[in-house]
Amino acid sequence: MIHIVDYKMGNLRSAQKAFKRIDITSRITADPDEVLTAEKLVLPGVGHFSRAMNILQSTGLADALNQAVMVLKTPILGICLGMQLMTEFSEEGFSHGFGWVKGRASKFSFADSILKIPHMGWNRLQICSQSMILGDITEKDFFYFVHSYFVNCANPENVIAQTEYGNVFVSAFQHENIFGCQFHPEKSHDAGLKILKNFAEL
Amino acid sequence: MFLPRIIPVLLLKGKGLVKTVRFKDPRYIGDPINAVRIFNDLKADELIFLDICASRENRVISVDLVTSIGDEAFMPFAVGGGISNLRQMESLFRAGAEKIIINTAAVKNPDLIQQAAEYFGSQSIVVCMDVKKTLWKENRVWILGGRKNTDIEPVDWAMKSADLGAGEIMVNSIDQDGMMAGYDFDLVRQVSDAVSIPVIACGGAGSLEDFKQGFEQGRAHALAAGSLFVYHGPRKAVLVNYPSKADISRLFDKTEI
Repeated sequence: MIHIVDYKMGNLRSAQKAFKRIDITSRITADPDEVLTAEKLVLPGVGHFSRAMNILQSTGLADALNQAVMVLKTPILGICLGMQLMTEFSEEGFSHGFGWVKGRASKFSFADSILKIPHMGWNRLQICSQSMILGDITEKDFFYFVHSYFVNCANPENVIAQTEYGNVFVSAFQHENIFGCQFHPEKSHDAGLKILKNFAEL
Repeated sequence: MFLPRIIPVLLLKGKGLVKTVRFKDPRYIGDPINAVRIFNDLKADELIFLDICASRENRVISVDLVTSIGDEAFMPFAVGGGISNLRQMESLFRAGAEKIIINTAAVKNPDLIQQAAEYFGSQSIVVCMDVKKTLWKENRVWILGGRKNTDIEPVDWAMKSADLGAGEIMVNSIDQDGMMAGYDFDLVRQVSDAVSIPVIACGGAGSLEDFKQGFEQGRAHALAAGSLFVYHGPRKAVLVNYPSKADISRLFDKTEI
């Protein structure tokens, strides 16, 4: 059973529907106690970094997540904004994140309007190191991205995949029980489902 | 390697699926939910649903229908048709829509773009403009399902929409709609060059090659099509289709941005 953390931002149904398609039960929860007892967690998210952080803190979810992730070592997958929240800091709202993974999120900035912001469309991964979560994923697979901010990791060993859009950015990271992906596996058809399956089978 | 999104546009007249030519002569194509199931199997990137009669009939795309679509669709989808306030948007998001498309209401009340973007986030608000050329070949934005000329210049409107917080601009050519003779590439390019947000090209795609040109020449980051995905062959037999990711990847293989 996977618990999808609901902090009232973004369409959580798509994540739940994706798990259902690979026969994995998931539950959407906004209850800190459920976060503490969860076997596995997904931190989704679409929207504004500092607003998300504020909601997580004011609802008590942030404390529960810190406890679950750092003390109980519950496996957690951050998706898109969820991944960025796992880092130390974001330029979006100049706000602090959880800091579970050393790094920060910066905004794309291009001189030319040919490259649009957000990076919205399909792109591939350059796999940097083996991770359970990338099992059976190849550099030919395409994933669905929608983001204006991107992650840089302070420790290169955390980077498991990177992608290029104007500049090279971290498209997936891992630090112990903490996994993050910038793309949306729940919107990436078969390749994305493989990642969710890998996470569910950890 | 970046690949643009390829998006089927499904037109609704009430609860039935139709396809138009130059915004006229809606031909019944079938049942929208059935089409969603086929696009699921074909692994379409995204879907767009537009109720083409809603604005001028003063109603909103059916929440019941959007709920049924939301129950079935594996992919993100956007909905439009007569949406003019935040309350309607909220119920459509709750029904499972990922994005809201506004058109007539945005022209009548541009503040709606800003309110919607602030409330739901820019990434979920698409401003669609229907464009038609005048006798002097000047582009103008039309509203009410292509029934009324606003005399607004599309590039100006795109820039204003982007400034107000739109997340994407959808440029739909009334003249090219259903013709399957290619997008209005100049129009798409003009709009795309004027804004820093993604542009969805729509109206006129008749082949995969048009997608490539829409991306390379038009600089659109999403390519939408109606007829191409619901018709097959010169006699336009109804057959829902969609290219595979391998085909799309091959199509854009030599393209670098």
